Formats: sequence, structure tokens, C-alpha cells
Amino acid sequence: MSTAVRDPAALPRLGWTLVALVLLWPLLRLTDFHPAALFEAGNLTAMGNFLAGFLPPETSPDFLSLLGKATVETLAMATAGIALSILLAVPLGLVLTRSLSIARLGPGRRGWIGQLLRAVARALLAVLRGVPELVWALLFVRVFGLGAAAGVLALGITYGGMLGKVYGEILESADARPARALLEAGSGRLAALCYGLLPNAASELVSYTVYRWECAVRASVVMGFVGAGGLGQLMDQSMKMLNGGEAASILATFLVLVVAADGLSELLRRRLA
Amino acid sequence: MGFSLEGVGLTHANGFRALRGIDLRIAPGERVALIGASGAGKTTLLRVLAASLRPGEGRVTLLDGEPWACAPAALRRLRARIGLVHQSPPIPPRQRVVTAVLAGRLGQWPLWKSLASLVLPVDPNGARAALARLDLAERLYERCDRLSGGQQQRVALARVLYQQPDLLLADEPVSAMDPALSELTISLLNEEATRRGVTLVASLHAVDLALRHFPRVVGVKEGAILFDLPAAQVSDALLRELYAAEGGLPLAGGLRAPEPAETAGELPPLRCA
Repeated sequence: MSTAVRDPAALPRLGWTLVALVLLWPLLRLTDFHPAALFEAGNLTAMGNFLAGFLPPETSPDFLSLLGKATVETLAMATAGIALSILLAVPLGLVLTRSLSIARLGPGRRGWIGQLLRAVARALLAVLRGVPELVWALLFVRVFGLGAAAGVLALGITYGGMLGKVYGEILESADARPARALLEAGSGRLAALCYGLLPNAASELVSYTVYRWECAVRASVVMGFVGAGGLGQLMDQSMKMLNGGEAASILATFLVLVVAADGLSELLRRRLA
Repeated sequence: MGFSLEGVGLTHANGFRALRGIDLRIAPGERVALIGASGAGKTTLLRVLAASLRPGEGRVTLLDGEPWACAPAALRRLRARIGLVHQSPPIPPRQRVVTAVLAGRLGQWPLWKSLASLVLPVDPNGARAALARLDLAERLYERCDRLSGGQQQRVALARVLYQQPDLLLADEPVSAMDPALSELTISLLNEEATRRGVTLVASLHAVDLALRHFPRVVGVKEGAILFDLPAAQVSDALLRELYAAEGGLPLAGGLRAPEPAETAGELPPLRCA
């Protein structure tokens, strides 16, 4: 092959692939990752016995009414937490979005103010999501006592950090030209967002938010273990009493919630497409 | 209410020197065509006039204001009075035509009005009137991605007509239209500028369109002004020099220019009846 038609990007690509593999190998060794252990005879029986303890699922009316109440509580916690996190994420995500910066037109003279604001918002979001929701929950349980309120606040803060970061990134990866054209015609940032960016980014934003809601439902289990209420607390009690049947019913409920969230996301995406 | 450029030079971030020593003074209400080969700097020049690019050298005065010396709020008000028709329509594909046209006045509307208009268009009659002049009134509530490239270009034009700017700029506004439609559209732009007494600057790829419709023609070559003359004084020799690199004159009328190297004296007539 002549040098004229050789892809100049080919060699760096090969190099970076090799670097990634070389880095990955020690990491796998470090974590003692031996998938073959899953299929050894002794381990298979141990897992089988553990799983057999979950059958049959508990279906007594008393437990089901308890389960129903806990499900509603979990949904309420996840939904309120996501609502709170959206309140945090929207302003911070907008600050992060460079394509909505008016000072970048030209570029203008006082661009450093925007750069500073973006750096502060980025750091704030990192702190919000850098502390796991479980730790926030442990903190707030001491303030609000056992119950869903601590969970809502913990979810709101951590997920606010995640949503804000991803909102900013989704808005930046959308086509920036419509918003830029509007800003160049004197429009404000929020109007440029609504007329220029959202039409392209709305379905992505909605599907990520619904996915986060699904994650919040799951996260509420973990937080239930520290007393933040809902399905998690119920799960904690069942596990402590070694009641596998109840745990199985709770897990089945989760599965239904996840599938429902997936359906909702699909529906909203289709509506916005 | 015209504008003036004094010694304007601009180097893009990638080091490309797009404009050098541009002196251009245009009186209020003048209609000027910019012509030149692709890559000559027409788009950059228009973006400087739209206060969207800040030149590294020289002085820019637009509508009696100096955009790069104003406070941010004053710059926004100045930008709201300038309308630029972009070469590729900066309209989100999912947006409805009515919204895309009404977006022309975001710089003049308060935020609440812009947001309310997303729920229920506040001035559908105004948008319809702007579209009607471009023969698109029937597509008011259609989505922009259902339109052809030329129709989208006319929607973008309708947006700027609806904006009613004091300085009307157009960057190859007819590049996606057939010759007959190009003719009508350029007439419409000139009509609008004359009727409202505003300044019009349009870059055109088709030389015959420029010479037929505009009293004053500015030829741009390699980032500098090659000539700035009344249309009647633009000679074939000047045009050949302007397009020396392209090997022929770009025309709209479906005529193909012969190769200038061999048939230098036999250019087709530039001024059709």
C-alpha cells in the first residue's frame, strides 16, 4: 500500500487499543476475577440451596398488603427524590452547557466569568454525586428519624449530582447551531434552550430521567437497610428472619417496577420522537 | 443605521486568516451583494456584521453602536435588531414551522411570552403572514423535518422576515432553491429591505443574481475586498479575476460558464433580460 492512502489514524488506534488491554489485565488480576469458579460442583450446590430458600414466594394476604404499602412508599420515595434532584440538576446542568453561553459568541470579553461559573457548578455536582446516597441517608436518618424522608433527601442530592452532569452533557452533544443562531439574534439563554436545544435533546433527557427513576427505585432498597423505609426495609426484615419466600415476592415486585419503568420510557420516547 | 468596518481583520482559532484589512461603509437602506469564490471569507464577513464573530483587528460599528464595546444587555438589544439568514437553516428538525418562525422575535419578547408561545403560539397570524410571502402558509403547523431543503431555507427566511430586523443579512439564502425560486426569493428580500428602508447585505454564489438585483456589489477574494462597485460597473475582467480559482463563473440561470482559460472572450451574457 502506498503511503498516500494509508489512514493516518490507524496506528494511534492500534496503539490505544493495546494500551487499554495492557491496563485492563492487571485490574482483572487484582480483583481475583475467576469466572470458572461459578461452575464448580460445590459452588453450584451452595448457590442452588441458597436460591431454593426463596421458593415458593410468599402470597399470604397479610404479607401482600404489607408489600403493597411498602411498594407505594418506595415509589413515592423514588418519585419525590427524582423530583427534588431535577430541581437541583436543571439549573446546574444549564450552567454547564457551553452552547448556551452568550459570552462565547464572538467570543465576548468577559468569558472568564462563565468559565468560572461552569467550574464551580462542575465541582458542586461532583460533590453531590461523589458521596453515595447510602451515606447521605445515614446522615439524614439521624435528622429525620427512621422513614422515607431521609431517603427522599439522600436520593435528591446524589441523583441531582448525576442528573445535572448528564443533562449538561446531553445538551452539549445536541446540535448547537439552532441555539447559537437564536442567541445571535438577541434571544436569552432560557428561550434559546427551549427553542433551540430542547427539540433535539428532549427525548434523550426524558429517557435518562426515567432511567434514573428506575435506579432510584432500586437504590431505595439499599437505603431501606439503613432504615429509610419502603420495600428495602421490608426486605431487610425478611432477610433477617431468613424468610426467603417473602424476599422472593419483594424481588418479583422489583422486576415488575423495572419493566414498568422501561415501558414508560419507551412510551415517552415515542411521543417525543 | 448603516454600518462601517475599518481595517477589520480576523484570524480563526485554527490559524486560518479569514479576513484582512476590510474597509466597508454601508449607508442606511443600501442593498449590497457580496460575491466571491467559496472560502473567500463571505460567511465570516457576514458573521462579523451579525455581531457573532469579534474581529481581532479593526473597528466595527453596527447600526450606530459598537458591539464589542457595549455592555452585555446593550449587545443583546443590538443583536435583536440584526437578522441573519443562515446558509444551512439552523432549525431543529422536530420543531413545527410556526414555532421556528415565531423564534425570530425571541430577542424582543420577554421570557414569559417566549415560554407561553411554546404551549400555544402567541402570534400564529404573524407567522402565517411571513410564510405566505414565501408561499408556505399552508405548512404552518407542519414539522420542519417534513419539508424539503429549499422549503426549510424559506422557513428560516420567514423567521428573519418576522423578526423585522434593522439590518438584514443573508448568507447564500437561495443555495438550496431552483433558479426560478431563487429569483423570486432574492426579489422578495430586496422588496422587504426597500419597503422597510433597512440595510440589506446578501452573499450570493450566483453572480447573475447579484448583478440583476443589487445596486452595489462587493467582490471578496482571499479575505480582502477586491472591488466595491455599482452593479453596472462590474466588468467581466473583474469577475474573471474574482473567480480565477474556480475556473468559471457560477450562475443561477442554468447556464454553464465555459472554461475561462480557453474561451476568455466568450463568457455568456451576465445580464439576462
